[in-house]
Amino acid sequence: MNRSIFKKITGNQLFIPIMALLLLAVINLIVDPGFFKVNLGTNNAGNPVLSGYLITILDYGSELAILAIGMTLVTAASGGQDISVGATIAIAGSAMLRVLCGTNPRPDAIQAPIIVAFLVACLVGMLCGAFNGALVSVFKIQPMIATLVLFTAGRSIAAWINVNKLPIVPDPKFAYFGGFIPGIPIPTTVFIVIACIIVITLVLKFTNLGLYTQAVGINEKSARLNGINPTFIKFLAFVILGLCVAVAALIKVSRLSTINYSVIAKDIEMDAILAVALGGNALSGGKFNMWASILGAYVIQFLTTTLYKFNVQSDALAAYKAVVVILLVFFSAPKVREYIGDFFKKLKAGKAEKKENKGEA
Amino acid sequence: MENNRLLEMRGIDKTFPGVKALQHVDFSLNKGEIHALMGENGAGKSTLIKVLTGVYTKDAGTISLDGENVSIHSPADAQNLGISTVYQEITLCPNLTVAENMYIGRGRDVITNWKKMNADANKLLTKLDIPAKATQQLANCSIAVQQMVAIARAVDMECKVLILDEPTSSLDEQEVEKLFGLMRDLKNLGVGIIFVTHFLDQVYEVCDKITVLRDGQLVGEYEIKDLPRVQLVAKMLGKEMDDLSDIKGEREAYHKEDADTKIFEAEQLVSDAGIKPFDFYIKKGEVNGFTGLLGSGRSECVRAIFGADRVLGGHVKVNGETAKIRAPRDAMKKGIAYLPEDRKVDGIIGDLSVRDNIILALQVMKGFFKPFSKAQANAFADEYIKKLSIKTASADTPIKSLSGGNQQKVILARWLLMHPEYLILDEPTRGIDVGTKVDIQKLVLELASEGMSVTFISSETDEMLRTCSRLIVMRDRKVVGELSGEDLTQSKIMSTIAGGE
Repeated sequence: MNRSIFKKITGNQLFIPIMALLLLAVINLIVDPGFFKVNLGTNNAGNPVLSGYLITILDYGSELAILAIGMTLVTAASGGQDISVGATIAIAGSAMLRVLCGTNPRPDAIQAPIIVAFLVACLVGMLCGAFNGALVSVFKIQPMIATLVLFTAGRSIAAWINVNKLPIVPDPKFAYFGGFIPGIPIPTTVFIVIACIIVITLVLKFTNLGLYTQAVGINEKSARLNGINPTFIKFLAFVILGLCVAVAALIKVSRLSTINYSVIAKDIEMDAILAVALGGNALSGGKFNMWASILGAYVIQFLTTTLYKFNVQSDALAAYKAVVVILLVFFSAPKVREYIGDFFKKLKAGKAEKKENKGEA
Repeated sequence: MENNRLLEMRGIDKTFPGVKALQHVDFSLNKGEIHALMGENGAGKSTLIKVLTGVYTKDAGTISLDGENVSIHSPADAQNLGISTVYQEITLCPNLTVAENMYIGRGRDVITNWKKMNADANKLLTKLDIPAKATQQLANCSIAVQQMVAIARAVDMECKVLILDEPTSSLDEQEVEKLFGLMRDLKNLGVGIIFVTHFLDQVYEVCDKITVLRDGQLVGEYEIKDLPRVQLVAKMLGKEMDDLSDIKGEREAYHKEDADTKIFEAEQLVSDAGIKPFDFYIKKGEVNGFTGLLGSGRSECVRAIFGADRVLGGHVKVNGETAKIRAPRDAMKKGIAYLPEDRKVDGIIGDLSVRDNIILALQVMKGFFKPFSKAQANAFADEYIKKLSIKTASADTPIKSLSGGNQQKVILARWLLMHPEYLILDEPTRGIDVGTKVDIQKLVLELASEGMSVTFISSETDEMLRTCSRLIVMRDRKVVGELSGEDLTQSKIMSTIAGGE
C-alpha cells in the first residue's frame, strides 16, 4: 500500500521539477533564510513595488515559462527542438520597435498604438514559426537543422529591420509590460504568464491539440491512418511557438524600452529546451505535460537567481547549468532508473531478510 | 552426387521463449545449385538462415560444410567459412563508390592501393556482367545493381554458399531478369545459392530444388520438376488438396432491399506500393476478402482503397457517387474504416492510454474543436472494453503494456466505435488465441448481417472461407481471379493462387 503511493508520487511527471524546486529552496534556506524575504517598497517613480529574490524569480522566469509552452508542443509533435527562439525574439522585438518608433530612432511620441505593434510582432513571430514549421513538416528536415537557419540569420534580420539603429520607445507606458503598472506592486510579467497559462489550458481543454500532438509524436504513421494530418499538426506547433516568441519579445523589449540585437534573449533557446527536459518530457517527442515544463522553467530561473546570489559570474553560469543538465540527463536515463530501482529492491530485500533472521532467533 | 554436397544442416533446433522456432530441421545444398527456401510467415525460414549465418546460435543439430563439421557462432565465423548473405534491404554504404563497397572492411593493410582496388573491382564487375563502374557512387546505381554489387562483394570473398533473402521484392521485372542472369552465372561457377522469396513464378524460373518449411518444421525437400505449383502452395499452407473441410457457419445474410447496392466501387485503382491497377466493389452487408500468399499485394490493395498509400490513379465511387480519397481522412469521412496489418507500426499509439486509443478515430471525425468530455470518453472506453472483453488494468493503462491480442481488440474497438459503413480488416486475428479468433469471426458476420460491408484479409484460408462470401485472389501483385459460391473451396483457392500450368 505504502509502496504504491510512493510509486505514484515518484512516477508522476511533476515529481522531478518539484523535487528540484524543493532542493533549491532548502539549500537557500540553509545558507540564507533572508532569500525568501519579500519587501514592499517604492520604485523610482514612487509607486509601490514588491521586491525580493522570489519576486525576481517570478519576474525573470516569465519569458522562459512562456517559451516553454510552445517548446513543449514543438518537442512533442516533431521529436525535435527549435533552437531559433532567441533569434526570433530579436526579430519580433525589432519589428515591434520599428512599428512603435517608425524610421526615427528617437521619436518624441510612439508612431502607432502599442497593441498594433504587438499584433505585428505576433504576426512576425508566427511567420518565423511557419517558416521553421514548413521546413520541418513539409520538407522533413530535422528540427535542429531547420531552425539553425533562423538561429544563424535571425539577429542580422532583426538588425536589418531597423537599419541597425537602436530605437528607444519614448512612451513610459510601454515599459509597464516588463516592469510594473503604477499602483500594482506585482510585476506585470506575472500577469502575462498567468494569461498565457489560462489560454493554453483552455486550448488544451477545448480542442484536441493535446491528443493530436501526442498521437503524431508517438506514432506518426498510425496517427495518419486515424485521419490526423501530421504535417499540419507539426506546422501548427511551430506557429504556436512563434506566438509564444512574440509575447516573450514584448516582455524582453519592454524591460529596456529598446533592443540590443546581439544580446537580447541570448541562449534562451537552451534554457527553454532544458525547461521541457526538466519537466520530464521526452525530448524525442510524444507524451507531454505542460505544467511540468512551465514548472521546469521556474526551476531554471530559481537556479540562475541562486547562482547570481552566490556571486557566480555570469560567464561561469553556463558551466553550473551544465552540471545540472548532466545530473538531470543521468538520472532520467532509463538505464540509471533501472539500476536505482534494483538498488532499492535489494535494499528492501536485505531488510526483509534481516527481519526474518531476527524472527528466527 | 554425394561428393557434390556443399552444405548439410541436420536436426537443427531453435527455441525462443514460448516458441519452438525450428524443430529438427534438415537442409542440404549442393554445389552449383539454386535452392528455394519456401514457407509462409513464421515458418522458420529466417530463423534457419540466421542460424546458418551465426546471428542466432542453434540449440541442437549439426552443420557441416564440404563434409566437415563446423561451428558458427557469429556472422564473422560464417563469412570466414564462405557463407555470405545478401538481404532484402541493401546493407551497403550508398555514399561510397562501388569498389569501396566491395572491399570495405576487408583490407588488412594500412594503406589502400586505390588503383589496384578499382582495377580488381572493374575486372570482377565485367566478369559477372554487372553494369556498374568501380568508381561510380553506389547510390547512383539502381537497386538491382546495388544488390548485384552486394553479390559481387560476396563472390569476391570466395563465398561457397550465397544466401539471397528476398532480394527481388523491390525490383521490377527487367531488374529481376538481370539478377537471375547473375545467379545462373554463379551457379555455373559452382556456388550454392539459397534463395528465399515469396514469388512463386520466380522460384519456378530459376530454382533447382525447393525446401518447404511450415511452423518451424521441415515439410520436405523436392526437385522442382516433381512439385507442381498447386502442390507447393498446399505444402506451404499445410492443406492437402483433398482437405475440403468447408466449415461455412450458419449466418443470416443481409436481406433488406438495398442489399444489392454497391457501397464501394473502384476502377483501375493503383497506388505507389507497387500493385497493378485493380477493379473492386463491395455490396452492402457483404463480406469479401483478398487472398493470396504473403507479398501478393493483398494488403496494398486495401491500403489503396483507404488512401493509406499514395493513390496514383483510378476512379472511386462511394454509394454510387464519385469520390476522391487521397488520405485516410477522406476515406473515414465516407464511412470507411481500416484495421491495418501491422499493429505496431500502423495501429497502436503506444504511449497513449487504452481510452485515447479507442476514441481516437471517432474523435478525429468529430472535429478538432469538439473534444469528448472525460466522462463521455470513459463511457466509450468502458463500453468497448466490456463488449470485446479487452483485458486491461484500466482505461488509463498505456496500450503498449497490453498483450498483442488485446492491443488488436483495442484497435478493433476504435473502428467499431466509428460505426463505419465499410470496414476493412487486414489480418485482424494474427497473434490472437483461437477462442478470440472465433469471436472476431462471429462479430464480423454479425456486423454484416446488420448491414455493414466488411473486407476481410487473413493468411489462414480457413478463416476466409468461414467468413467471406466472395474472394478476390491475388498473385504477384495482380488480381488473378474472383471466387464465389460453389468455387469457395480450399482446392479452388489454391489452384487459383498457384496459377500457371
